[in-house]
Amino acid sequence: MSENIIKVTVIDREGTPHTIEAPTDMGMNMMELCKASELPVEGTCGGMAMCASCHIYVESDHELPEPSEDEEDMLDQAFFVEDNSRLGCQVHLSNELDGLTVRLAEVSAD
Amino acid sequence: MIATDIIIIGAGPCGLFTVFEAGLLKLKCHLIDALPQPGGQCVEIYPKKPIYDIPAFPEILAGDLVDNLMKQISPFKPTFTLGERAETIEKTDDDKFIVTTNRGTKHIAPVVAIAGGLGSFEPRKPPIPNLSNFEDKGVEYIIKDPEFYRGKDVIISGGGDSALDWAIFLAEGVAKSVGLVHRRQTFRGHLDSVQKVMDLAEKGKIKLITDAEVIGLEGNGELDSIVIKHKTEGEYKVATNHWVPLFGLSPKLGPIGDWGLDIEKNAIKVDTLDYSTNIPGVYAIGDVNTYEGKLKLILCGFHEATIMVQSAFKRINPEKNLVLKYTTVNGIQGF
Repeated sequence: MSENIIKVTVIDREGTPHTIEAPTDMGMNMMELCKASELPVEGTCGGMAMCASCHIYVESDHELPEPSEDEEDMLDQAFFVEDNSRLGCQVHLSNELDGLTVRLAEVSAD
Repeated sequence: MIATDIIIIGAGPCGLFTVFEAGLLKLKCHLIDALPQPGGQCVEIYPKKPIYDIPAFPEILAGDLVDNLMKQISPFKPTFTLGERAETIEKTDDDKFIVTTNRGTKHIAPVVAIAGGLGSFEPRKPPIPNLSNFEDKGVEYIIKDPEFYRGKDVIISGGGDSALDWAIFLAEGVAKSVGLVHRRQTFRGHLDSVQKVMDLAEKGKIKLITDAEVIGLEGNGELDSIVIKHKTEGEYKVATNHWVPLFGLSPKLGPIGDWGLDIEKNAIKVDTLDYSTNIPGVYAIGDVNTYEGKLKLILCGFHEATIMVQSAFKRINPEKNLVLKYTTVNGIQGF
């Protein structure tokens, strides 16, 4: 693995895993990575923790920094929140997250 | 019927700025927005957030940006249809468009500018199976008239101000009983509302169901019970004929998607010559449009509005020659 590139797996809402190579030196977060990889994540608020459309479940064992108050408040508005729920836009890509596996949550009925 | 030169669908920053550029060309505008106030996302989602990429403003709060725009466009006396969503568009025999809202309000103009952003804000619906079967048959997303719930048993879901305020209102002498379901134990709303809800709960006027989420709906035709999943106590049913999920709003392209426009990924394809769509006389500017190289930035929408109104002018006044007049030379001649 070259410096500052990690492998991340995103399981979409049909259960299909997508393994993506992600840069860790561009200030990207999981929501942006999903959008850039054409995965169905709206990111309605652009990453401000103001919409919960990037709700994901963290399925691997990686330790992430604790969610902020803003993130907790927003997860409040999400549906089917579990203990491993996070907002993708608040999960910043770093070298420590190599091998991260996440699953996209159901966001809303259309 | 409301008649104008340009019907602007969407009163967010780009729709608002269109009024200014159109006004310089002596074109009148009328704006339609599903929200009850102008400002779009800036006011609805993030009024207190600073924006750093508006030219000439190192930092400006989103709400203040909208206030400034309202001031800037006021000489051109824009009129508004607020709290109504543009539903249909029809072409008349004399090349005009009639835009009708979901409340039946009609507007007519030779030009329509869609500045719809990410779409109109609609209630966020939880992904519960069969939810649509119970819409208006027990499930309501907005409380239009609280009297509807007089003497009835109601359950509200939500953790923000909307849920708290309605729980309080209905519990104080309107509904027969009020239940409030929330995923966490703490609520997000104003402290005094939270306190009020706690007080009412203690008096037995609100049944608080926290650490819980509604995951299912049951009923034959009409809603008769909801299925609740509690964090530790598992699943159980609660009988009720009325459930009001108050989970905030989120934008949806909505009816605009059915107007025969060229849509790609929830955005309207436009010609970058003048931001016109595939329907002559209908333009799309701001986040709602798409083209190669498009950036969803407010400042890009401002530019698109400016170019677009030049084309709109030519369509409305084909016999007139348009001369670009600088505001520094002529000032602003308001209406």
